[in-house]
Amino acid sequence: MASIDVESVGKVYTGGVRAVSDIRLNIADGEFIVLVGPSGCGKSTLLRMIAGLETISEGEVKIGARVVNEVEPADRDIAMVFQNYALYPHMTVYNNLAYGLKNRGTPKAEIDARVAEAARMLEITQYLERKPRALSGGQRQRVAMGRAIVRKPAAFLFDEPLSNLDAKLRVSMRGEIKRLQRRLGTTSIYVTHDQLEAMTLADRLVVLNGGRIEQIGAPLEVYHAPASTFVASFIGSPAMNLVKGELHGDKLAIGPAMIALNGFAPTSGAVTIGVRAEDLRIAREDEEALPFRLEYTEELGAQRLIHGTVGDQQITAAVSPEIALSPDMRIAIDAKRLHFFSIDTGKRLPGNVPAEAKLAPAEPVL
Amino acid sequence: MQTKRTVFQSRVLPYFLLAPQLIITLIFFVWPAAQAIWQSFLRQDPFGLKATFVWFANYTRLLDDPDYLNALGATFVFSVGVTVLSMGLSLMFAVAVNRVLRSGRFYTTLLVWPYAVAPAAAGLLWWFMFNPSVGIIPYLLSSFGYEWNHRLHTGDAMVLIIIAAAWKQISYNFLFFVAGLQSVPQSLSEAAAIDGAGPFKRFWTVVFPLLSPTTFFLAVINITYAMFDTFGIVDATTSGGPSQSTNILVYKVYADGFIGLNLGPSAAQSVILMLIVVVLTVVQFRWIERKVQY
Repeated sequence: MASIDVESVGKVYTGGVRAVSDIRLNIADGEFIVLVGPSGCGKSTLLRMIAGLETISEGEVKIGARVVNEVEPADRDIAMVFQNYALYPHMTVYNNLAYGLKNRGTPKAEIDARVAEAARMLEITQYLERKPRALSGGQRQRVAMGRAIVRKPAAFLFDEPLSNLDAKLRVSMRGEIKRLQRRLGTTSIYVTHDQLEAMTLADRLVVLNGGRIEQIGAPLEVYHAPASTFVASFIGSPAMNLVKGELHGDKLAIGPAMIALNGFAPTSGAVTIGVRAEDLRIAREDEEALPFRLEYTEELGAQRLIHGTVGDQQITAAVSPEIALSPDMRIAIDAKRLHFFSIDTGKRLPGNVPAEAKLAPAEPVL
Repeated sequence: MQTKRTVFQSRVLPYFLLAPQLIITLIFFVWPAAQAIWQSFLRQDPFGLKATFVWFANYTRLLDDPDYLNALGATFVFSVGVTVLSMGLSLMFAVAVNRVLRSGRFYTTLLVWPYAVAPAAAGLLWWFMFNPSVGIIPYLLSSFGYEWNHRLHTGDAMVLIIIAAAWKQISYNFLFFVAGLQSVPQSLSEAAAIDGAGPFKRFWTVVFPLLSPTTFFLAVINITYAMFDTFGIVDATTSGGPSQSTNILVYKVYADGFIGLNLGPSAAQSVILMLIVVVLTVVQFRWIERKVQY
């Protein structure tokens, strides 16, 4: 059990390629942090620096109160679950679990007890004498988790552990990882490029882009109050609509259309407007709305996504499948559900923050 | 595994297409081998006028001949020496190159060069370097107080041919070890590092066991090489001497048959060598193809 503090950490590879810049992140004891971002955003590099598999070019990483920049991975008291599991193929499951303990000179009886406990927790007891290649993907994943658990480390580091599994297994393993982490209360850092995985697992998620932190926050906060257009388009499916608009006093012009904002305008002039697909609805006859030209639809079952254009800008709205469609429709927006971003920097403009962003995360029922 | 099958209309065509290879095999391999087997049952008179059929007399005499048993022992020492030395060194080189990502290709090219050198040329090279009167190595050794002379000392002679033969094989082993090492995922070493294993322990408990198919394959290949493919090296350096100490089986076949013109016993020796090749080949195909290692 330990907190992890990442202080102004950067990574420059030999040859001058910069992977990560100025990461500041304080992770509380027992917290589940998810690093999320597109490939190449530096999330794995950051995790590997915390693990000690990459050297830290700038800044400090502290595990507990100890600076670990120069500490060997083995002595950082962390355990890591790799994307390809990295199970030792020539050892039985038992030996895979016991390897780290044996290397540390743990007494045989204690190794047996710890392996048995981890195996029971992960329901792999009947496979202990098998070699990894005789196991299915999900079972290998459990063994990889088991290898992390038996060591009782201060922190778990997960490097895209579910990306080699099929979609269904991924959902169930996701649940198990969360359950296990809650039960053990071990500080965890989890790297993924899957925003859904990030949303569902995280206590707080860290959105990375181009080696920098875009936003740190609880899942609902990041979803409902994205700090930048990048976060807005990365988190949530379908991605948040981002369109160019212009603020004239309390009026918003999007293409040819003009709507009143009822006092929600944060500034004036050109801005990027963000609006979630589910916050758009088909307008009534008598209200201000955007003219919408329908291009195609996607069925999600509970919802129907309608894709089309407002002026010359792409818009996607999520509507009930029962609503009748026509080639030309009118779409209404609730002014307090709009997000305003600077057109130059892409940063969120100060102003209205939706109430949902401040909702406390649901406490787990154990 | 699915194999592609071609169906021929005519029954003659496939045999016709195979004919060139079959003819070469028959003329250059099967026929001489058959001749050797036939020859091994014969005894020539001193003037080469007539030959008598003597059944297994050539074989039984061989096994009673102290020179032959000595050659057997020398071959054993030689092939084990060559295999251990060349595999050990090439594994070291491969591990070193595997750690350097950027310039690895350059070193690899350099290390592969010796393989292109003909055995006799390699032998000559070492003969010069180890030459007791003009060689650089005896000169250096003498400054440590060691009097190197492979023309007089049997141990020196054996060391010389082992080094010369192993040097040539390092390239080949090296290539296989590099390929083997690159197929061991980096993340396994990283996992072991997090699991508290130091670099040496990581190598011996994780990487080396995963190389075992490569190691086993190379062991068989190297023994085969040392026993059959080193004639040129022995001939160019020690010619089997001093006092038969480096007279390995394959060289003795030549020395007895073509220098001593003692064709019957020489043929019997080559038949025994042939049996050893057969055994090694069976071992290779049986065990390596099945990948029993893990």
